[in-house]
Amino acid sequence: MTTFIQPLLQVVDPQLPPPSGVVYFVATVIKMLVVFTIYMVGVALLTLAERKISAWIHDRIGPNRVGPGGLLQPAADGLKNIMKEETYPGAANLPLFVLAPAIAFVPALLTWCVIPFASPLPTPWGLIDMVVAPLPVGYLFILAISSLGVYGIVLAGWSSNNKYALLGGLRSSAQMISYEIAMGMATIPVLLLAGNVALNDIVLQQAHGLWNVLGLTVAFLIFLVAAFAETNRLPFDLPEAESELIAGYHSEYSAMKFSMFFIAEYANMVTASALMVTLFFGGWDIPGQWDVAPWSAWKTLATGGFFLFKVMFFLFFYMWIRWTLPRFRYDQLMALGWKFMLPLSLSYIVIMASAILGLDAAGVARGSWMFGLSLLALNVVLVGILLFLIDRGRLISPAYSRLDKRNVDKLRAVAARSSLMAEGRN
Amino acid sequence: MPGPTPLFYTFHFYLFGLIAVASALVFVTRKSPVAAAMWLVVTMFSLAALYVMLDAQFIGAIQVLVYAGAIMVVFLFVIMLLNLGEPSQIADARGLGWKLAAGAVGLGLLAEIFALVRGTVAQPFSLPEGYAAQQVAAQGAISPIAGPLFHQYLLAFEITSMVLLTAIVGAVVLGKRRTDAR
Repeated sequence: MTTFIQPLLQVVDPQLPPPSGVVYFVATVIKMLVVFTIYMVGVALLTLAERKISAWIHDRIGPNRVGPGGLLQPAADGLKNIMKEETYPGAANLPLFVLAPAIAFVPALLTWCVIPFASPLPTPWGLIDMVVAPLPVGYLFILAISSLGVYGIVLAGWSSNNKYALLGGLRSSAQMISYEIAMGMATIPVLLLAGNVALNDIVLQQAHGLWNVLGLTVAFLIFLVAAFAETNRLPFDLPEAESELIAGYHSEYSAMKFSMFFIAEYANMVTASALMVTLFFGGWDIPGQWDVAPWSAWKTLATGGFFLFKVMFFLFFYMWIRWTLPRFRYDQLMALGWKFMLPLSLSYIVIMASAILGLDAAGVARGSWMFGLSLLALNVVLVGILLFLIDRGRLISPAYSRLDKRNVDKLRAVAARSSLMAEGRN
Repeated sequence: MPGPTPLFYTFHFYLFGLIAVASALVFVTRKSPVAAAMWLVVTMFSLAALYVMLDAQFIGAIQVLVYAGAIMVVFLFVIMLLNLGEPSQIADARGLGWKLAAGAVGLGLLAEIFALVRGTVAQPFSLPEGYAAQQVAAQGAISPIAGPLFHQYLLAFEITSMVLLTAIVGAVVLGKRRTDAR
């Protein structure tokens, strides 16, 4: 695997040959500024997009008063939030209460520094990688930083000194820990195929073979569900379930500090979308001859644009789901995470590892069409089995599905017991 | 590595070292368990930064992932659920004797560190300078650790995981034991 990736690495990785310190420094500062600006403006516009899309799904018009087509609505919201009074609960733990919104937001932002967002840009000073920090442990860095996102929510819930807020915080920490495991497990097949945890290698492996979503659809599905749970978006928004917990962990927050949680949620969505694109949809890869040297500024622009397009699709998907599905019950959430997704991802790891080992033993070269085709065939079979398994009302029966025999028996037993108890009381 | 000058390196080593030591001190002196836990997270972070500066990116990432991201979250979870009550009731070192003993142990450990710094590391435990960076550049951050772990030390690795599994199963069995027999 290393011999396969090595020549590609030499083209892309700035560490070999190392660029001079000054170029590296200047390029990094410019990339940081550009990524930060686009990211923050994008997050602001997402709040508008959410309202527009919800309006579209509800068959309403949505915000249309501020600026052309409501385009300046985020600016107006921001201004309003800054002007509003900040309230502090009397019994709150003030330092943590103030710190929590910032802690919620920072991990989502930090994650972006390792995500490659375009093909390398050739400049007179050498090839510049289109990623802020090409870490050799890229994916592990993302896991590490995103596991810190829970602190903001937990601390907000605890420091507010409000029982609803605390319940929201506890729910979110349980939920995020549970789904983090499934999320990590789901990506192990991706790492097996890439042979490395550097995100550049993962993108290049997909650019020169099959996108992982075609070869590892089951892993993608698990990752997708876990990403929804990790970002606390519907149908997994139990930490802020307004019908049960007022507003959950941010019940006591007002003005800009409340807005920070809002921004953090969208920032997390953008990061999760970018991660899905990088791990499963080829990152900045455009199928065809766009992903090979010689690099050019046009290629950088096109691949960057295509990456943005893929990210935006997933952001739309997030909103689409939010205005379509109802919220899970808490026991359903835990059952889905621990009893279904974790065993599924574990068995998937075993199957994929054996398949890759078998293909290697049979002498099928990685990246050859034979390798891709075998994975694709295996994948079709596995997805078929998975869909057959889950479409039986075993896990979460939708309201309109027929109950299977096991559930009917369970319900009858409950009914019999409750009628017996009622008789006993009489 | 993209040329870390010695000054750059020294500055960051002392910066993160200072943060680690200072936050560890604040961690042991806080009365509120939640505040103490948060300061410990800061310590973990600075340690991760020091690992990365030693070209051990994998250890650094795992440090944040496991300690700051998982273990401390569970700590926080337990602290919040237990509601430990007034800080004065939960102080561990109560009498003067305990405090003196703790201080003596601390001084002893400090002396040990100074003794270790003065001595030289035995040959099998030290690597030539820049070796770790070379390994990471040549094979990626994972292979230099995964290779020995899953070839040379596979048996030890598997035995360790069996021990951990036993511990987990034992904890679950003890935790699920019902006190009210029915």
